[in-house]
Amino acid sequence: MNEKAVKIEDSRDVVRARHEGREMARKLGFGPADQARLATAISELTRNVIQYAGKGVCVITDASEMGIAKIRVRVEDHGPGIADIDQAIEPGFSTGNGLGAGLPGTRRLVHEFRIDSKPGHTVVSIGIVRRRA
Amino acid sequence: MKIAILKLRDILLTSIHVDLTDEDALEFQADVLEMVKKTEAKGIVIDITAMNVVDSFMARILNETASMVKTLGAEAVICGMRPEVALTLVEMGRELTGVETAVNLEQGVDKLRELIKGRQ
Repeated sequence: MNEKAVKIEDSRDVVRARHEGREMARKLGFGPADQARLATAISELTRNVIQYAGKGVCVITDASEMGIAKIRVRVEDHGPGIADIDQAIEPGFSTGNGLGAGLPGTRRLVHEFRIDSKPGHTVVSIGIVRRRA
Repeated sequence: MKIAILKLRDILLTSIHVDLTDEDALEFQADVLEMVKKTEAKGIVIDITAMNVVDSFMARILNETASMVKTLGAEAVICGMRPEVALTLVEMGRELTGVETAVNLEQGVDKLRELIKGRQ
């Protein structure tokens, strides 16, 4: 199983992480639209890490199965956590400096989206899937 | 990473050709405003053909930069957005609202000329 871990410590790592996501999507045969969706979702999630937690990690995994191309991304940090997850994924909600689209926007870009958060540990997992011809 | 901003008679042309960090994007914004002021340009075309990711932060920077240029008294057109970027932005609910856009550089310059004419 192919896996890429990118440490998220400053904004250059956001660029690195989204680049790795795009590359894996391209190699697995995802089209430009899915490549852009995944790269953008990774960009949003890793920026959240820097903004709210300071640092974290982004792990991009090729989770393809027979007949299905699939990429899973896990973005993890040890920051304060998300107090109210339902509220955080509501359109228009943001506690940051008005970046806005944030989690609800990201959720709309991917096929799988899951948040597990408690004080000191947050994991956001996303996935995109494509049936192979 | 410094993005070059070129002066062509009374307008400016710039192309974002590399993947910008957030700091780079903010620096670019400041450079655009400074160049508009310094050269007394009537407008600027910002080409984003090479950008394959425009996330909510970058969308905000582009929106704001265009508004700031207008506030200074010049016009701004953003051109060359890739289809997959347009698709992603709209899906996220992050359209570039209130920004003049054009399909490519050529149409971008034409549109800027019209906007400048409309202002005079």
